[in-house]
Amino acid sequence: MELVFKRPECLIDIPFHFCPGCHHGIAHRLVAEAIDYFKIREKTIGVASVGCSVFMYDYFNVDVLEAPHGRASAVASGVKRARKDRIVFTYQGDGDLAAIGIAEGIHTANRGENITIIFANNGIYGMTGGQMAPTTLLGQKTSTSPYGRDFTSDGYPIRMAEMLATLEGSAFVARVAVNNPANLMKAKRAVRKAFQMQIEEMGFSFVEILLACPTNWGMTALEANRRVEEEMIPYFPLGILKERKMADYL
Amino acid sequence: MWPFECGEIVENQEPEKILAKGNEAIAMAAMDSRCLLYFGYPITPQNDIPEYLSKHLPALGGEFIQAESEIASINLLLGASATGARAMTSSSSPGISLMQEGISYMAGSELPALIVNISRSGPGLGGISPSQGDYFQATRGGGHGDYRMIVLAPSSVQEMYDLTCLAFNLADKYRNPAMILGDALIGQMKEPLIRRKCAKMDLPVKDWALTGAQGRKPNRLKSLYLQDGELSEHNWKLHQKYEQMKKEEVRFESFFTEDAKLMVAAFGSMARVSKTSVELAREEGMKVGLLRPITLFPYPEKALYDLSQRVKLFLTVELNTGQMVEDVKLSVERDVQVYFYGRPPGSLPSPEEVLEEIRKYYG
Repeated sequence: MELVFKRPECLIDIPFHFCPGCHHGIAHRLVAEAIDYFKIREKTIGVASVGCSVFMYDYFNVDVLEAPHGRASAVASGVKRARKDRIVFTYQGDGDLAAIGIAEGIHTANRGENITIIFANNGIYGMTGGQMAPTTLLGQKTSTSPYGRDFTSDGYPIRMAEMLATLEGSAFVARVAVNNPANLMKAKRAVRKAFQMQIEEMGFSFVEILLACPTNWGMTALEANRRVEEEMIPYFPLGILKERKMADYL
Repeated sequence: MWPFECGEIVENQEPEKILAKGNEAIAMAAMDSRCLLYFGYPITPQNDIPEYLSKHLPALGGEFIQAESEIASINLLLGASATGARAMTSSSSPGISLMQEGISYMAGSELPALIVNISRSGPGLGGISPSQGDYFQATRGGGHGDYRMIVLAPSSVQEMYDLTCLAFNLADKYRNPAMILGDALIGQMKEPLIRRKCAKMDLPVKDWALTGAQGRKPNRLKSLYLQDGELSEHNWKLHQKYEQMKKEEVRFESFFTEDAKLMVAAFGSMARVSKTSVELAREEGMKVGLLRPITLFPYPEKALYDLSQRVKLFLTVELNTGQMVEDVKLSVERDVQVYFYGRPPGSLPSPEEVLEEIRKYYG
């Protein structure tokens, strides 16, 4: 019988620590599939960030470096400048990339660093127990916005993909979701495209993935999945925001 | 072999005698030590280093990034170092404060790299005049956690060069960040410099480096240890490394110590001033010597202790209001009098002013 579906070579065969219904595992798998697709496992270096995704080194069968909170894109730039012949990616949450590490993220994109950032946006701090994130939606209740996010005091949810797409240094910027099969297939293509851009030395590539966090949203897995469609996607529209056709130096 | 992989140090040209600025000597030593990766953010009084390297690294196939902040600089350095390449950053006091988080992570992940602090005066924005106010920050960790950093304190342009070469070697030997702690005086002055091949050291293979898991298990570089007992084991391992440094890497200069009745202890720029004061004291017939720590960590505790068996008067001279004096007191016998002469930044004491202090305590 033909084997049509299996664990990517790039993922280690152990159970994820993620909560039931969390989308991190799906996002991890998409990254692993892209690495397998291009057969670059042995030349890929991953940079883990701080948050639920820090345990990336337990799951990915590639060399992994752990960055200080928010600094993953600077760390990845350092790795890439030292080893331009390697494929370098970060996997960062919304607290890591859009709050504490927003300067590093913007300048990494602006320098056109030939790396890939996978941005896991679930609109909440998962690991620390459900505090407000820069991408928490208006009115959303979290443990530090108990009355709902209020723009007069907390500002507005940041649209990272749109912001980074304005920068000349960005080669590929997309926002995807993994809440249904159709979106999942688009997400898979976007992640693959991001790695392809890096392999072709086109410059900075960025994929924002909208993820559900049932535990900290206080929802069941199904409710959380539905919330991605009904509340997140309207504010964070999906699609490819930028796609460079030719490298800057060509 | 990838061009930045360490191990093969480029054969330097025949020793060349030139006139160079202290900061430039560091940049030259970095290139001669095959450090071709530099990340930094402009700040006075160390800008000669990034300026020199931005000009010369591209021709050598190196990489130079002017980062958006010192926070980015230290993390670019962390990433580059993780590949096994030699890399460096340089800054001055407020910038070094911003780097402390990254230094702590590098110490925790056991990553070697060079961090240069051509210090200025503080606290806060302070000023750009020479100061030794960063002694505590450099030797007491600065960042969070129970770690140490190798700290070397040059006292001349030649030492800016030589100790930079040494710092790269020690960093690689111990898998630990190393710092050059200088100040505007040493960084900005010009002196004759012999640019020569860096002394070779037997260094361990960097089998921990992240180069892509080709034909081997994946390597992980991290500082998070959550399993029971894992972190304490890691801390003990680091501790043993620091103890080994204390045994093997202490460096200091002794000047007129043999018959001394009073010992001056000073490092870096203040050791330069104090050396002249000791010579002047000798001319007056006073038996005065100088002990100059070259490594601030590991500190020459034993040398001071041994001296204190027969010398009962110590005078610590610093360009601050009293920091290294604590280490002198911790090192010497209890019956020793340890005096302090220092001043906050602004102006440097003259050799005569230090001599006046020597006279006061010599009795």
